[in-house]
Amino acid sequence: MRLKSIILFGILLQSAAGFGQEPSEMKKIKGGTFVPLYGTDSSEIYVRDFELDVYPVTNEQFLAFVKKYPKWQRSEVKTLFADNNYLRKWESDTELGKEVVAKAPATTISWYAAKDYCACQGKRLPSMDEWEYVAMASETKANAQTDSIFNKRIVEGYEKPKTYLKPVGSTFKNYWGIYDMHGLVWEWTSDFNSVLISGESRQDVDTERNLFCGSGAVNASNLMDYAAFMRYAFRGSIKANYSIQNLGFRCAKSLKQ
Amino acid sequence: MKIKQSINRVLPVLTVLGLALLASCGTEGTKKEGSAVDPLNIKVEGTMDAELTAPPFVPAPVGDRPAKKLFVDMEILEQEGTMANGVTYVYWTFGGSVPGSFIRTRVGDEVEFTLKNHPDNKLPHNIDLHAVTGPGGGAASSFVAPGHEVTFSFKTLNPGLYVYHCATAPVGMHIANGMYGLILVEPEGGLPPVDREYYVMQGDFYTAGENGQPGLQPFDMQKAVDEDADYVVFNGSVNSLTGDNALTAKVGETVRLYVGNGGPNLVSSFHVIGEIFDKVYVEGGSMINEDVQTTLIPAGGAAIVDFKIDVPGTFILVDHSIFRAFNKGALGMLKAEGTENKSVYSGKQVEGIYNPEGGSIQSMPGEAKAPAAAVAVSVEERIKLGKQIYSQTCFACHQGEGQGIAGAFPPLAKSDYLNADVDRAIGIVLHGLTGEITVNGAKYNSVMTAQTLTDEEVANVLTFIYNSWGNNKTEVTPMMVTKVKSAH
Repeated sequence: MRLKSIILFGILLQSAAGFGQEPSEMKKIKGGTFVPLYGTDSSEIYVRDFELDVYPVTNEQFLAFVKKYPKWQRSEVKTLFADNNYLRKWESDTELGKEVVAKAPATTISWYAAKDYCACQGKRLPSMDEWEYVAMASETKANAQTDSIFNKRIVEGYEKPKTYLKPVGSTFKNYWGIYDMHGLVWEWTSDFNSVLISGESRQDVDTERNLFCGSGAVNASNLMDYAAFMRYAFRGSIKANYSIQNLGFRCAKSLKQ
Repeated sequence: MKIKQSINRVLPVLTVLGLALLASCGTEGTKKEGSAVDPLNIKVEGTMDAELTAPPFVPAPVGDRPAKKLFVDMEILEQEGTMANGVTYVYWTFGGSVPGSFIRTRVGDEVEFTLKNHPDNKLPHNIDLHAVTGPGGGAASSFVAPGHEVTFSFKTLNPGLYVYHCATAPVGMHIANGMYGLILVEPEGGLPPVDREYYVMQGDFYTAGENGQPGLQPFDMQKAVDEDADYVVFNGSVNSLTGDNALTAKVGETVRLYVGNGGPNLVSSFHVIGEIFDKVYVEGGSMINEDVQTTLIPAGGAAIVDFKIDVPGTFILVDHSIFRAFNKGALGMLKAEGTENKSVYSGKQVEGIYNPEGGSIQSMPGEAKAPAAAVAVSVEERIKLGKQIYSQTCFACHQGEGQGIAGAFPPLAKSDYLNADVDRAIGIVLHGLTGEITVNGAKYNSVMTAQTLTDEEVANVLTFIYNSWGNNKTEVTPMMVTKVKSAH
């Protein structure tokens, strides 16, 4: 099913290529190895050097995008690519309205729309590993996985309601110079559904052994596990056409080797 | 499928065994007659929308209605609520309340359950109903992202009172934030009718701040792992069943409480002060115990208790692990009105004694007010407030007239050591003192602990001491205390 849609999407994408928007600011991320709390397997992951947007894409940026590409306007979008919640709080196809904060991260956007947005900037969505690699950086450390205060702050951020209304840049700037990895909204990754959590987490322990036992993640007394648990559970609950109030995105770019 | 088949095979055997046992004992069966019918074969007649209620209320009894197709429509809301006076918390709820909406069914009902995850919610959720026979109790089928809904169906096979809860990773956190509730499956013909029914569910909460610390308190993972609860409460908050929120009944009525325990960690020793449970449906199942004082309710378990109100007064619901009741909030009230029955109880009920005491170390009323009053304070006022602190904190060792105890605790009255150096005195109150000192010519070698007082309180109590018992009438200001504190 999904594969088909991707192929189909690829065809659509080609026809859309070449427009190009003014790209937003990016920072270079120096690659390296790390152990994700859940990965596709339990060993270390290598992330190449890449670039990542400093901020999540904002509502006003997305507005400019849909004005340029009407097929991503609410009334035009195919339900295959975006469910009924797509841009649901917007005043109209081309107006944000009162409920939507211009400088806040763009949310209620499907994976397809996010992916196309990045493509039109000559970018792409970050992979889950890339995203997690950057997300484990605190203000001062590239890898703060073992910093309990940092991790506690992340969990607390996940619990706070209505953070999608805050402007981008309102949380901390991390080691790489990237803002808002935690504390505003969840973010799409290109391969968000490569980790399968059925939602019955106790059963998952049984069937997805490498997912839950890998990296010693089964010991849930580690706070980082909790933050990761929540991210992966969230990713496991969504489909590519879902448009969710607390889910935004930012773009990444591969470096020429 | 497999499970269903095995139930089919096992049930007739059990029923035969049960009948044999009953016959041989010659006792009246506590099991309802309907149990002879395999619940799987109960036909549903018609449909209805389930009535859902927020605690402490329960929906109307099923009575003798036939089994039906029952539509349950529940919305998950993540919302801020009040934990205690001045303390708020972001609860994750089934239906907007903690515990979640009460669901009432009868055996044989086919429940079509729609679970909605509000679009503004941040997290995916699901529901595991202990009343469901099937993998994960419905959890696997009900995993739902924010802004979406899922529908699944199950048939109620076993009568009893069951817990439901969220089982999305991290499970402990979802439960700790309030995602639990009760679903009742009544036997055919319903439970025996009573005059009043209420819904009470215990839960433990883990906040970053200690019990009573005001403001919006985030969940504290480490405390949850350590099972070190800041709040243990009925129905989601400290005051949910006290004062104006108290349960009510009249003398002569029989009250039934559907009591659950959401946990996540603690087991409840459920007790009603001044009552004896006439009947307890042990662990919410079919076994009935009689004349019970305290019944144990496991985390993720429930019990039904019935008792007749014989005398008026306020009956107190507690977790009889008693510090939880008086210091962490696990306390509720049932107010019964009616005429007194002196042959049952002759004494006078005193209500005030059962007020919750809160989580902090107990203190005198004046003490808590001191910092606020001290902002525009006179020396007289400082002395007055300081006296209260003295009697609370210093009195035991230094004695009522500051005379101390010879050989153990040095005197504060006409004390050369005290009057010689005010900064030293402040330092001792702040940091404590060990080792040998000479006061008024006598040697003392003892320990004084550091006192956990505010700067304001230190200033007040020292001003009181300096202005009493022939000392040099120094006024100690909070600024002086702060200075000494900063010097270290």
